[in-house]
Amino acid sequence: MLQFLIRRSISAVAIMFLIAAFTFFLFYAVPQDFAALSCGKNCSPENLAVIRENLGLDKPITTQFWDFMVGIVAGRDFAVGHCSAPCLGVSFKSGDFVWDSLMDRFPLTLSLTIGGLVIFLLFGLGTGMLAAWKRGTVVDKLASGASIVLSSFQIYLLGPIVLGIFVYSTGWMENPKYVPFTDDPSAWFIGLLIPWAVMATIFTAQYTRMSRSTMIEQLQEEHVRTARAKGMSQKYVFFRYAWRGAMIPIVTILGLDLSSLLAGGVVTEFTFDLAGIGRLAVESSLTKDLPLTMGAMLFGAFFILILNILVDIAYAFIDPRVRLS
Amino acid sequence: MTTLTKVEDAPNPTGSDAFLSVRDLRVQFSTEDGVVKAVDGLSFDVERGKTLGVVGESGSGKSVTNLTILGLHSPKTTTVEGEIVLDGKELITASEKEMEKLRGNKAAMIFQDPLTALSPYYTVGRQLSEPFMKHTGASKKEAKARAIEMLDKVGIPQPQTRFHDYPHQFSGGMRQRAMIAMALMCDPDLLIADEPTTALDVTVQAQILDLLRDLQQEFGSAIIFITHDLGVISHMADDLLVMYAGRAVERGSTREVLRTPQHPYTWGLLSSMPRLGGDLNEALTPIPGSPPSLLNPPSGCPFHPRCTFTGEVAGNRCADERPSLAEGRAAACHLSGEQKQTIFIDQIQPRLR
Amino acid sequence: MSENLTLPAPQDSTGTSAETLLSVEGLTKHFPIYGGFPIKRKVGAVQAVDGVDLSVGVGESVGLVGESGCGKSTTGRLITRLLEPTGGKITYAGKDIAHASRKQLAPIRSEIQMIFQDPYSSLNPRQTVGTIIKSPMEVNGIEPQGGREKRVRELLELVGLNPEHYNRFPHEFSGGQRQRIGVARALALQPKLIVADEPVSALDVSIQAQVVNLLQKVQQEMGIAFLFIAHDLAIVRHFSQRVAVMYLGKVVEVGDGDSIYNRPRHPYTHALLSAVPEVATEDSEDRERIRLAGDVPSPIHPPSGCRFRTRCWKAQDKCASEEPPLIQLSGNRGGHLTACHFPEDPTTEARDEDVVMDPALKALEQDVAEADAKVSKG
Repeated sequence: MLQFLIRRSISAVAIMFLIAAFTFFLFYAVPQDFAALSCGKNCSPENLAVIRENLGLDKPITTQFWDFMVGIVAGRDFAVGHCSAPCLGVSFKSGDFVWDSLMDRFPLTLSLTIGGLVIFLLFGLGTGMLAAWKRGTVVDKLASGASIVLSSFQIYLLGPIVLGIFVYSTGWMENPKYVPFTDDPSAWFIGLLIPWAVMATIFTAQYTRMSRSTMIEQLQEEHVRTARAKGMSQKYVFFRYAWRGAMIPIVTILGLDLSSLLAGGVVTEFTFDLAGIGRLAVESSLTKDLPLTMGAMLFGAFFILILNILVDIAYAFIDPRVRLS
Repeated sequence: MTTLTKVEDAPNPTGSDAFLSVRDLRVQFSTEDGVVKAVDGLSFDVERGKTLGVVGESGSGKSVTNLTILGLHSPKTTTVEGEIVLDGKELITASEKEMEKLRGNKAAMIFQDPLTALSPYYTVGRQLSEPFMKHTGASKKEAKARAIEMLDKVGIPQPQTRFHDYPHQFSGGMRQRAMIAMALMCDPDLLIADEPTTALDVTVQAQILDLLRDLQQEFGSAIIFITHDLGVISHMADDLLVMYAGRAVERGSTREVLRTPQHPYTWGLLSSMPRLGGDLNEALTPIPGSPPSLLNPPSGCPFHPRCTFTGEVAGNRCADERPSLAEGRAAACHLSGEQKQTIFIDQIQPRLR
Repeated sequence: MSENLTLPAPQDSTGTSAETLLSVEGLTKHFPIYGGFPIKRKVGAVQAVDGVDLSVGVGESVGLVGESGCGKSTTGRLITRLLEPTGGKITYAGKDIAHASRKQLAPIRSEIQMIFQDPYSSLNPRQTVGTIIKSPMEVNGIEPQGGREKRVRELLELVGLNPEHYNRFPHEFSGGQRQRIGVARALALQPKLIVADEPVSALDVSIQAQVVNLLQKVQQEMGIAFLFIAHDLAIVRHFSQRVAVMYLGKVVEVGDGDSIYNRPRHPYTHALLSAVPEVATEDSEDRERIRLAGDVPSPIHPPSGCRFRTRCWKAQDKCASEEPPLIQLSGNRGGHLTACHFPEDPTTEARDEDVVMDPALKALEQDVAEADAKVSKG
């Protein structure tokens, strides 16, 4: 198991390196003068030269690549100051370090993800399992029906409706806003309640459907029948035998969903006018702020890799066949 | 040969001392395509400590019957009618709680494929201990001691260490032994073995069959042994029930049924089966056609579309009238006792040499 | 026993066929296992087939029997070249095809056909029966007299299906009928050799005989050679003139049907035959009872020397150090070869004492015997 973890971590680092290299060269394949992009509309040749030197664009591309990679690992110096590791470069537009901009936005994205996750796991898995338990009854039909309807909704539709009801017409709540948890936990909670609820509704619907169908599948497994033939109670069989097997597909999907949420829930952030990583990435790409785009992408790739490893570890915990092979 | 007397499929009037008694069992599933009559009017008895062999092909209703005895069918899509009495207790009307107390305790099951029938997520030891703790109220430690004792009894080497292994770490034969050990944990009075050796290799099958027989002597359980293989059953069962299309078509002691079979289907099974000692110049005689769909079973005798002897019965009785199965040694067939005897001696027996 | 004279002899001296169609020498297939740390590398191999010698004559039917994991199916796939062997020779009609390229194989592919075990997954569910049977002819550019469709209808009739079912789909047929479709497909190219891998074991008992009889008819009337791979010894006996018994990737005994079934010499063959559950009849003689212990060992680390020695009641030190060659033992008929240092007597009759290797069985039977003794005493 430890061997497996070490091997996976080594390969994750290698993949991260490859992704960084790949994006770097894609970045240079763009036929644009980055200095000009950074300089703005009324740019004098002198300014341009200074910017080139500051960004290191006057050096050969291999040197630039080396500097870029070293920067990620050990940090590097720019004219504007020292950029400590992991250094992803300097934003063309704001002149800030990319890493700092990402870190500015990350707490919000993390808060959105965690809050949503708790809600949709609780409700999604709960409803799904209840529907599987009561398969064929009114409860099941209601849950399945509602989940199909709700999972076809979109955040950008549901969001404004909820805002319209709870904020604009009744005034029960304020517009969603982000207050750091460390500043004021209750403000943090209240400020994000609507985005969480809306985001979680759609995920809840998806997780209800998935957990219901995997539970039903598992309940038909032969080893589940054996457990019943031994005289174990229905509840015990349901939670010990069937649930264990149902966890595997759920963990797989959860890993994928989480990594994309952590890389930035673009739609949620725009819908509720919140400034998270997703929004940063989209805006940077609209303004052709390439270092920032690249940084956001690498940041997302990092989560995909980490969650991949976490999912594999989870498999090993759930299924001894994985652990012992 | 016994002469046949017409007796209705009614509860045994003499009040037999059968340990398990099934009367006029009907099991139907509702599916998208319609209602499947999986079991249609089945009656049989199992005596204490004896083995009843249930023989039939896929779709004959043999597995369904035995899942129904323990109430393991899906209650929402299945309707069960008739009577199942185990040791004086009616099971069809019993509550789920009562059934839970019975399963794995008084009556246990062994399934066909031990790889899928044991949970991959828990150790063999835990899966063995669970029913013992539940049914006897034993502590974890006591259950472990019992499990190790049983693993040893069924021939698993180093049972103390194997206790902590997972099923996938066992070989196929060892898994089936563990399954048997699990079924015997609470010393059940009835053991239902559903094709317990079909997934195993021949040499391992021989080991497991002998093991089951020897264990039965020690534990004194009654066994219902379900199989499609007449060869396997001939060494295991005291009595035999041949099933076709959800009905019992022949019943008797194993010796009687295999040496002087009376039903055309049993004749067909026996003469289509190659044997090691058989005459190589005698071609196999297959049963024509294929088993019927239980969505729409044939009228009258369910075997009549594949039967080569319908011409011997006057009129259209085979297609119109369902032959009944008498008590005791009997076959559900419209041929007269004399006809059966002549056909068997003249046409069937020569093929079985 | 030890004074047995042993004569190496060619395998195909059976008298059933004059001409060898297929011969296999030292056929080996190892499936590599990867693992290790930190860089994955080959750490071992599943020795699925390890030096198999076998021959099939023109129009002859050879049975290949053994338990799961003995390599019989892999051997079949190597001969049809669905797999490439790791080593050894496969000579078909005088040509070595062991490592032949796709192009070189093309003309031979139509002559060697395969029938698979599972009639449910080996037929494309989206094609009609006609298309399924026709496609081998199309692929090989064969235009029979009267056209392909006419030929397909003839084939359907030959295998006992209604020619009017030409446009039906596989799911409209029962298991036995599907296997007939598989047979018709294999016959479409008029093959010289058919490798049938467990062709009836997925079928119901009453249907098995239908397919066995069909294959027998095809074999005898069309003169097609068969390699019949199965675990069911009784069916193989019925179908094959010559039988090879495999254990853990090796042929341990081969010979004509009578020799293998009535005069076996290898302990494993004895054990295998004794394990077959037979319906007891009045006049059937008492057969020996041999119960092995445990399961077949893993082909990743097969035992040294004789591979059967770990489960054999006659094993001695020599068996672990020296691999027994596949040879004709004295007293055996021509073509009956056995790979054993300490062969058994050539009979399957009951012994004075049963061979019971299984510890649990031994213990239980001892208990019962003791109890019986007590009862008779007291």
